[in-house]
Amino acid sequence: MGTLQLPRDPYNLIITGVGGQGNVMASRVLSGMLVNRGLTVTIGETFGASQRGGSVMSHIRVSAQGTWSPQIPRGKADVVVALEPAEAVRVLAAYGHPGVIVLSNTRPVYPVGVITGELSYPSLDEIRTSLEELSAQVRLIDATDMAIRLGNPILANIVMIGALAGTGALPLTLDNFKAVMEQTLSGDKLEVNLKAFVEGMDVVKPQIRQQ
Amino acid sequence: MSVLLEAAEGSSHLLMGNEAIARGALEAGMSVAAGYPGTPSSEILENLARVAEERNLYVEWSTNEKVALEVAAAASFAGLRTLCVMKQNGVNVASDFLLHLAGSGTRGGMILVTCDDPGALSSVNEGESRHFARMIEIPLLEPGDFQEAKDMTKWAFDLSEDLGTLVMLRSVTRMSHASGNVRLGALPEGTPRAEFKADGSMLDPNEGPVLSMPVAVKHGLQQERIAKARDLFERSPFNTYEGPDRPEVLIVTSSACTLYSREAVQALNLQGRVGLLKLGTTWPLPPNLLKKYLVRSDRILIVEEVLTFLEENVKVIAAEEAKEIGIKTFYGKNDGTIPMRGELSPDLVIGALSRILDVPYQAADPEYEKKAQAAALANAPQRGLAFCPGCPHRASYWNIRTALKMDDRDGFVCGDIGCYTLDVFPGGAGTLKTLHSMGSGTGVASGFGKLGPFGLNRPVLSVCGDSTFFHAAMPALVNAVHHRSNITMIILDNSGTAMTGFQSHPGLCVNAMGQEAPDVDIAKICAAIGAKVEIGDPFDFAETRETLNRLMEDEEGVKVLILRQKCALSPEKRGIRQYNVRVDEALCIGEDCGCNRLCTRIFRCPALVWDTENRRARVDEVLCAGCGVCTQVCPQSAIRKEVA
Repeated sequence: MGTLQLPRDPYNLIITGVGGQGNVMASRVLSGMLVNRGLTVTIGETFGASQRGGSVMSHIRVSAQGTWSPQIPRGKADVVVALEPAEAVRVLAAYGHPGVIVLSNTRPVYPVGVITGELSYPSLDEIRTSLEELSAQVRLIDATDMAIRLGNPILANIVMIGALAGTGALPLTLDNFKAVMEQTLSGDKLEVNLKAFVEGMDVVKPQIRQQ
Repeated sequence: MSVLLEAAEGSSHLLMGNEAIARGALEAGMSVAAGYPGTPSSEILENLARVAEERNLYVEWSTNEKVALEVAAAASFAGLRTLCVMKQNGVNVASDFLLHLAGSGTRGGMILVTCDDPGALSSVNEGESRHFARMIEIPLLEPGDFQEAKDMTKWAFDLSEDLGTLVMLRSVTRMSHASGNVRLGALPEGTPRAEFKADGSMLDPNEGPVLSMPVAVKHGLQQERIAKARDLFERSPFNTYEGPDRPEVLIVTSSACTLYSREAVQALNLQGRVGLLKLGTTWPLPPNLLKKYLVRSDRILIVEEVLTFLEENVKVIAAEEAKEIGIKTFYGKNDGTIPMRGELSPDLVIGALSRILDVPYQAADPEYEKKAQAAALANAPQRGLAFCPGCPHRASYWNIRTALKMDDRDGFVCGDIGCYTLDVFPGGAGTLKTLHSMGSGTGVASGFGKLGPFGLNRPVLSVCGDSTFFHAAMPALVNAVHHRSNITMIILDNSGTAMTGFQSHPGLCVNAMGQEAPDVDIAKICAAIGAKVEIGDPFDFAETRETLNRLMEDEEGVKVLILRQKCALSPEKRGIRQYNVRVDEALCIGEDCGCNRLCTRIFRCPALVWDTENRRARVDEVLCAGCGVCTQVCPQSAIRKEVA
C-alpha cells in the first residue's frame, strides 16, 4: 500500500444530494476505496429523514494521520461532489472557498416548495455562473442521463465517483473501485457499475488534460 | 460477509459508530440483544440480527423500549451478557423498569446503549439521556471516537459484571452515524449457558430473587456500586489528557465533542496553550482525576451536547475542592460561550476558544462568504421534507383533509411519531394539530373527545402507524373505548417500521432475525378492545373519503379505520413500478384550468412537477414510483396511467 501523498491533510470532501440519490452509498464506496489505499477516513453523515425530500450530505475527511471531526469546519471543503446541482450551490455557502473543486450532476430534483409554486428553481446557466464564481474548477456532468442510458438512473452516483477519480484529485483507480464493489456485487450488476465508473472518469479526463 | 464476523484480529476496517458498538458487543461474547428502532440507534441491532445465526445470538425488535429492557434483563438474570439499544426518548419509555433494574442489580454483563440526537436531526425532541444515569444511579460511559465505541462497549460488559449493575453507554448521531477506521479484536468461541438462580435469600445478589426490595438495603447496595465505579474510573484509560502541563484554558469534554474540540485547538494552532481533558466515564465523575487537571488551569471550558450535564458535575467537584485547586472561571453553556441547544461543531468550539483567548479566526474570506451566501439564497431554493413519491401517507392525508373539509365542523387530527409526522411540513396536508411522543395522538384525542360538555364539539381524529400501534397506542385506545370518547383513530398501516428502515414489528410474520413469526392482527385487537373497525385502501380516494365521513358522523364511541398500503420504499415495492404515469399534454390545460394547479400546488408529490416552460404538469420519470394515485387528482383526467 505505502503512504500516499494527499494534496492536504486532512483532505475534505463533501458528497451532497437529495434523499434517495444514493448519497450514502457513494460515500461508503469512495471511503472504502481510500481505506484500501491505507488512508484513514472519517465520514459524517446526515440521514434518517433523508429519504423524505431533504438535502443529504456526507462529509469525508481523508488523512494519513488519524480520525478527524465528522463535520468539516466552515470554508474548508476541498472537493464538492453534488448529485443535484442546487445542492452544490447550497454547500458552497457554508463550506466553500476560492480553491474548491466542484463536480455536479446537472439533473435537478425540485424541492417541494418549487413544486407548489412558492419557490422557483434556477436555470442550469444560473447555477453554472454561481458555481464558477465560487470555485477554482467546475465540472457539470449529465450523470443521470448517462445513468439512464446505462439502464438505471441510480447509477448517477457511481458516474460521479468515476468523475471524481477522473480529476486525479485523490488516489482513486478503476481497480481500486472494482475491489470495493466486488465485495457486495457480481455479474451484470458489477459490470454496469464498472461501466458507470469508467464513463464518469472519461467524461472528466479530457477536460483536465486541456487545462 | 459482514465485517462483524471478520476473524482477523488487528485488521483495520471502516466502521460506522453503530457497527463498532455491535462489534464490541460480539467481542465481549454477548448472547442476547433487544431494542426498539429509532434513529440514530437502529443499525446496532440490525447488524447483530444479521449475524445472529453465525454467532449463536438471540436478537429481537421488541414491542417498545421498556419491553426491550425487560427482555434483555432476563438474559442478564440468567448470567448471559446482554445489550439493549434505543434512541434518547426510548429511555423515557424504559425508565420505569430502568429505575427498578438499577435497584435489583444485574448478573450477566448488561449494557443499555442510548443514541442521543443533538440538534434533533432525526427526532422531534432534543432529549438528553445522560441525566438518567445520575438520576437512576448507574454508571455512564461515552465513547470519544470509533475505536473507543468498540473498545468501550467490550469493556462495559466486564465493568457491569464487576459492579453487578447495568451500565449505560451513550452515543450521539455524529458517533453512531459517522464512520472511521477501527482495529478489530478477537471474537470469543463457544455459546454460554443460561442459568437462573433465585432460591437463595432475598439479600443474595447472585442466587436470591431479583428485586429492588428491601429498598433500604438494595438502594444502599446500588450506591456502593456507584462508589466502586467512581474508584475504578479514576484509573480508566478512557479518560485522557492531551496538551501542555499548564494550559491557559482547559477543555473538559466527552463524546463527539472531543473530535470538535481537538479540531478547534488545531485550527487555531493552540496546541501549546490549550489542554484537552477527554472523559469517557462521565457518571460518576472521578474526582481525583478531575482535581489533577483542574488545578493546572484557571480557565475551564466545558464542551458538551446538549444540556449542562458535565458542566454541573464538574462544577460540584470544583466547588468541593476549591481550597486545593483554587477558584476557577468556567466557560460553557451557562455563561453562553457554548449554545444551550442544537448540536455542536468544530466551528462553535473554534468560536468559543477564539473569544476566550482573543485569537482571531476567519473561516473564509468575508467577501467570498458574502458572495456564496447570496448565490445560495438566489440559486438553492429551500428543501422542505416531503412524503416520498408513491407514499401511502400522502394519499391518506389527502383523504383526511378532503373528508374534514366535507364534514365542515372544523375537525382536526392528533398525531405522533413516524413518517406520517411529515404532515406538518411543507410537503404535507397540514391536518395534524398536535404532535408528541409515540402513541400520544390517540391518548390526546381520547382527552379531546371528552371536552364536549365544555363546549368543544369538533370532530377529533388521531393517526398512528402500525409499529406505533403496538408500541404505545394500545393503552390509549383502551382508554378511549372505556371512557366512551368520541374519536376516529386512523391506523396508517404501511407494513413496517418505515421511517427507521423496515425493522420488523409484532404485526408482521417475520422477526428481527428473519425467521417466521406469528403476526398479531391489529384489526382483531381493535375489535376486541371494543372499537368499530373498518379497513380501507388509501389509494382509493372515493371509498376512503366516504368511509371517513361516515365514521366522523357516527357519534357513538371509538371508530378505527385501518388504511393499508405498503410503503413505497419497502423491499416488496421498491424499484417496482405498478403503472407508467404521464401527463397527456392535450388534456392538461395548464394555468388556464380552473384547478389552479391542484396537482402540484396541493398534492405535492416530488415526482409530479410543474414545467414552467410548457406551463403544464409533467411527471419526472426518474422519481415517479408508479403508484398512479395522482390520476385521481386531476379534474381534467389529464394524468394517465398504464399498467407497467
